[in-house]
Amino acid sequence: MKRTNAGILLALVVVVLLGAVSTTPALAQDPVPTPSVDEINAIAKRMYCPVCENIPLDVCATEACEQWRAMIGEKLALGWTEDEIFDYFVLLYGDRVLSEPPRTGINWLIYILPTIFVLIGIFVIVRGFLLWNKPLESLAVDRAEPVESDYISQMEEELKKRN
Amino acid sequence: MVSTLVSLGLGALVLSFIVALYGAAAAVYGEVKKKSHWVESARNSMLLTFPLLTISISMLIVLLLNNNFEVAYVSSVTSTSMPAYLKITALWGGQPGSLLFWSWLMSIFASVMTLRDWSRDREFLPWVILVALVTLAVFLLLVIFFENPFARLWVMPSGLVEDHVFGPAGAVLYTPTNGGGLNPLLRHPGMIIHPPMQYLGFVSFLVPYAYAIAALVTGRTDARWITISRKWTLWAWLFLSLGLVLGMRWAYDVLGWGGYWGWDPSENAALLPWLAATPFLHSVMIQEKRGMFKRWNMILVILTYNLMIFGTFMIRSGLLSSVHAFAQSAIGPILFALIAANLVVSVSLLSKRWKSLDTPTRMVSWLSREGFFLLNNLVFVAILVIVLLGVLFPLITESTGAIGDAFPSVADIFSGQKVTVGPDWYERATGPLWAALIFLMGVCPLSAWRVSTAKSLGRNIWKPTAVSFVIPIWLVITGMENVWAVMAFWMVALVISVTIYEFYKGALARSRKPNGKNFVVELGNLIVRNRRRYGGYMIHFGIVLMALGVVGIEMFQTETQATISVGEEMELGDYSVRYDNLAVFDTDDNRNVARAEVSVFKEGEFLEELNPRRDYYYESRQPVTIPGVRSSMEDDLYVLLVDWEEISVTSATFKLYHNPLVSWLWTGSIVLIVGTAVAAWPEKEKELAVAPARAAQKLSS
Repeated sequence: MKRTNAGILLALVVVVLLGAVSTTPALAQDPVPTPSVDEINAIAKRMYCPVCENIPLDVCATEACEQWRAMIGEKLALGWTEDEIFDYFVLLYGDRVLSEPPRTGINWLIYILPTIFVLIGIFVIVRGFLLWNKPLESLAVDRAEPVESDYISQMEEELKKRN
Repeated sequence: MVSTLVSLGLGALVLSFIVALYGAAAAVYGEVKKKSHWVESARNSMLLTFPLLTISISMLIVLLLNNNFEVAYVSSVTSTSMPAYLKITALWGGQPGSLLFWSWLMSIFASVMTLRDWSRDREFLPWVILVALVTLAVFLLLVIFFENPFARLWVMPSGLVEDHVFGPAGAVLYTPTNGGGLNPLLRHPGMIIHPPMQYLGFVSFLVPYAYAIAALVTGRTDARWITISRKWTLWAWLFLSLGLVLGMRWAYDVLGWGGYWGWDPSENAALLPWLAATPFLHSVMIQEKRGMFKRWNMILVILTYNLMIFGTFMIRSGLLSSVHAFAQSAIGPILFALIAANLVVSVSLLSKRWKSLDTPTRMVSWLSREGFFLLNNLVFVAILVIVLLGVLFPLITESTGAIGDAFPSVADIFSGQKVTVGPDWYERATGPLWAALIFLMGVCPLSAWRVSTAKSLGRNIWKPTAVSFVIPIWLVITGMENVWAVMAFWMVALVISVTIYEFYKGALARSRKPNGKNFVVELGNLIVRNRRRYGGYMIHFGIVLMALGVVGIEMFQTETQATISVGEEMELGDYSVRYDNLAVFDTDDNRNVARAEVSVFKEGEFLEELNPRRDYYYESRQPVTIPGVRSSMEDDLYVLLVDWEEISVTSATFKLYHNPLVSWLWTGSIVLIVGTAVAAWPEKEKELAVAPARAAQKLSS
């Protein structure tokens, strides 16, 4: 029994010592400086409140958005990172608070599809050229075709009728 | 008096709807039965819709001006304190009035279209009338049955106030003492002109679309429909562009975010048809010159027109919310049905004529003008598809949540969460494509039609390209480190030097002719005699000037915000702003204005005093932030009053934006307007005047 108590005591001492070691640098650090409005706005610029749709948080004049900016300031003062702040608001209000869809699930489509569209476009161009491109010797045939042929033939018809 | 005005307006509105339906039916009957007097009757019906809708809209304007608040629309968009000009513009300040205004504009365009000489295109007439009148009838249907601007307020037996066109049993008319007033955001000069321009752009594209459908129905698929509708297309494009630019200016001046374009769903809804119309403008030239791209032109015109209806549907149905959008409305399903019907009919006709739209002419050279036009078209369409994806993506993520609900194993993928697609995504996804378009604008004018080799293109392009390199070299020497910005400025310089070179070459060639006049006179002659080509170059010039502004603000915008006391200064770059004073007062038009006085200094030198302010509208209980802007061709200093200390006003919070080169955006848009006017200026139909000579020459040869 005594041995057990001694063991627990030893363990506690180790934990306390480890805790002291691990917290010492933190205590020695300078406190996180108060964030500037520009720092708050830099984060708020990439957020939207669910009420004022399509108005970025940094410029929205409503009281609710002002409170959100104050909350960002508080979190920054506590040393939170940008991503932690985003995660916090997403947890509370959903993905729509972010200015871009988070890269999860079906949202990946919006990051992949533009590239696919451009690749399809390049394919269409190359295919179109390959199909259309004719050897230069066939130019003689093309040249024989009058430009605006429909129009000229119509006018010729009209002239003939007049004559 | 009010009842008479309402009855007249409503009566004319209903009559115009009946006339539109009759005209559409008469056009089809006349064509099918080959009875030309029925087609003529349809044409007269088309013409009759304009005076009828003019009566209707005039009655509404009188009601707006007279503060007849028993009319629900009048009480929702006007108030006694509003000046007369704002009461008139309130006509398009709400859904019912703007739909009526839209219909009226449509009747003008359709009437002007039917007044032309149809002797050479008689077969098109019934189908053009049909398309125009069916579209008009759908919009009138929306106005009469869903968003009637003549509905009045009634106190129901239950005591509730409701709006109805005709008084329900037991209801008594209700006249409020004042109205809610026009949305403060819509009281800006830009917003007064912006909606009419946007509507004109939307409505005028009805004309090329109607001709395209007529060409498909009749099987006359040569370039005639393009030739007839060419000027309409250019004017429609100008109105669309003007609508976009005025919207940008409005956002810059009123929305108070220091920018001009927020990739908002409504902005995108207006941009989408422009993205289809611009390649259409280019590719019709290929059909006219080379007889190619017949199918593609049909696809583009169908796409453009339907994107206009789609944009209208998105903004007006309440499907997408935006700072510009109208309130949720029941008109969505009708507009959706119109799009669906348009697409079904257009695609069916297109597939029916698919073979006849083929052309024996082939692309000969990769570097030919038509090759570059094809590339330009595809880049535009790629941007269109990407923007459309961005607009629809929030709806996609939300609606696919049902899959996640049904199949829990994929619930993480289809979470059903609505997302926001903001400016960063759009700029990243479309930025390189916009740059590609600017580059093509530089190269394309110097490539030849049909056959163009790398050697011939190089010979044409080396001089302006060499000149254009002066700009990036100078930028690098002066310390610009942003590689993308240097490239963007180089592309802008390339287009400017190519455009100037084209003017120079053309005028020089003319002045060297035996009977040529001096260079300046020939420069004028060059433009007058080749309006379409040189008007087009002026448009390019305007676009790149606008691009200069976009590059400036997108790549070099800086901002800061601070709270300062009276007499203190805050700094941004070379600028410093001193807070001098703030006055808070009420105005006669029911506003509470907080107006700051700040002095602007650049490198210590006083420039001017600015007055950023915050207007609070008592009637609508809405604040509007009006910036103070110090503008020059070099940059804008944009000052916003964010907050202030009540009563003592000893301190206030300001937000400053430094927007380099943004004035070029507005300057470029003026050049664009002038260029489009030059290209689209009406002239006598050339064909009949020159054709005998050309045909005789052809016959003799």
